[in-house]
Amino acid sequence: MDNKIENSDIYTLSLHHRFQWEEAQSSYVILFPEGMVKLHGGAGEVIKRLDGKATVGDVIADLKAAFPDAENIEKDIIGMFELALSKAWIRKA
Amino acid sequence: MTQASLGESVVQKTIHATQTQNNGVAASVTQTQPLWLLAEVTYRCPLHCAFCYNPTDYDKHTQNELTTEQWIQALRDARKLGAIQLGISGGEPLLRDDIEDIVVEARKLGYYSNLITSGVGLTEKRIQAFKEGGLDHIQLSMHDITEEINNFITNTKTFELKKKVAAMIKSHGYPMVLNVVIHRYNIGHMKEILEMADALGAEYIELANTQYYGWSLVNRSQLMPTKEQVEEAERITNEFREKSGSKMKIFFVVPDYFSDRPKKCMNGWGEVFMIVTANGDVLPCHSARVLPNMQFPNVKDTDLGWSWKDSPAFNKYRGDSWMKEPCRTCDEKEKDLGGCRCQTFLLTGDAEAADPVCSKSPHHHLIEQAILDSRNPTIAAQPIVFRNDKNSKRIIAGELKERVNEFHALP
Repeated sequence: MDNKIENSDIYTLSLHHRFQWEEAQSSYVILFPEGMVKLHGGAGEVIKRLDGKATVGDVIADLKAAFPDAENIEKDIIGMFELALSKAWIRKA
Repeated sequence: MTQASLGESVVQKTIHATQTQNNGVAASVTQTQPLWLLAEVTYRCPLHCAFCYNPTDYDKHTQNELTTEQWIQALRDARKLGAIQLGISGGEPLLRDDIEDIVVEARKLGYYSNLITSGVGLTEKRIQAFKEGGLDHIQLSMHDITEEINNFITNTKTFELKKKVAAMIKSHGYPMVLNVVIHRYNIGHMKEILEMADALGAEYIELANTQYYGWSLVNRSQLMPTKEQVEEAERITNEFREKSGSKMKIFFVVPDYFSDRPKKCMNGWGEVFMIVTANGDVLPCHSARVLPNMQFPNVKDTDLGWSWKDSPAFNKYRGDSWMKEPCRTCDEKEKDLGGCRCQTFLLTGDAEAADPVCSKSPHHHLIEQAILDSRNPTIAAQPIVFRNDKNSKRIIAGELKERVNEFHALP
């Protein structure tokens, strides 16, 4: 499978996965059959923006605007997409 | 119910998934939150599986089940404590007619909910209601590729029905999660079982080697495969993973009897897993009621938060301060927390001893003897005691002593 993340790609949460804020964990989580992952702030911010319409480029632009002080944010965001894709938490829309 | 929801494997998977430390994805699960809630809503079951881990005296609890309102209250209270994954299990949960109401409430509360079923009683009408109500997935137990073994081990004629139900689950857009309990009678069919699951379109399959609790402990000599069979099964599973090109996720739950270290049962007593049983008992694991001198709380008369955080039962084996030698000074104690308290008590009579699975345990010979017994033609030829109301009543009445006497509590 080609795991290269392009700015024009649109990703969405994988089938049967659910993303939600967990008060008891104070974090975002992804839930799926037989398991869950707890996401740290940055990862949650990326997944939150996957609405089936936003491209990777849109997500990067939006996060840059939301966190203007964060350095090298683009590299981290692409890394997050790569990880999420390799774990099959997300899929191409 | 199947061993599907035997917490250790499920919890281990939960933990495993969170261990990916990369790019800011968290590694740790918050300690002592009941992330997993298992609702064993009934012990009634149309199947009579020889390997069922339900208590052999379950017949005591078929008349005093919680009401719908009590279940809904328990779901609300557990959610406040941080519960997020909900397993609706039994027995066969579909024997209750209020699962639809429970599903709706679970969705409303934000649970990721899972119906753990044999498929008996699943109709188009019910699955439609579950879908609309927000049930997230259905885990179906399968037994073998042959009608003969399916019908034998479950003591019912359910082979055709299971295939129909699998198709129904798929057609409603549910992920197909299959659970197959592995034992002497199907372990030789591993490749065919995996191919069947793939052909049915399964996304996940759990190959759960039988663990010996409840009915499966009574039938241990009749069910246990050989070590060589287990190794071959694992080899075939790995080969299938690598070569088949299937996208199906396969979990192979290894049997502890053939290991020289015990499992970290439930990922630790009272750490992430909580069960509410059909009659409302709140337990840290499926078998906890076999332990001596323990008073488990019940949702009918105690607050769930107190049960989890403060009850003496849930604190009894938390951490490692309860340990004796050889566990206390063992440099591996954090890896397995001394193994399973229930198995240890059932086999040794001392709930605080090391799990006899461990080769460092002074009781390890009990496991070796059990393996030898399972290969002894005379012992292994004893009839299987199928899980049914009649046998449960007989066991409660003190019959079948020859099958339970060697254990320190009724399995």
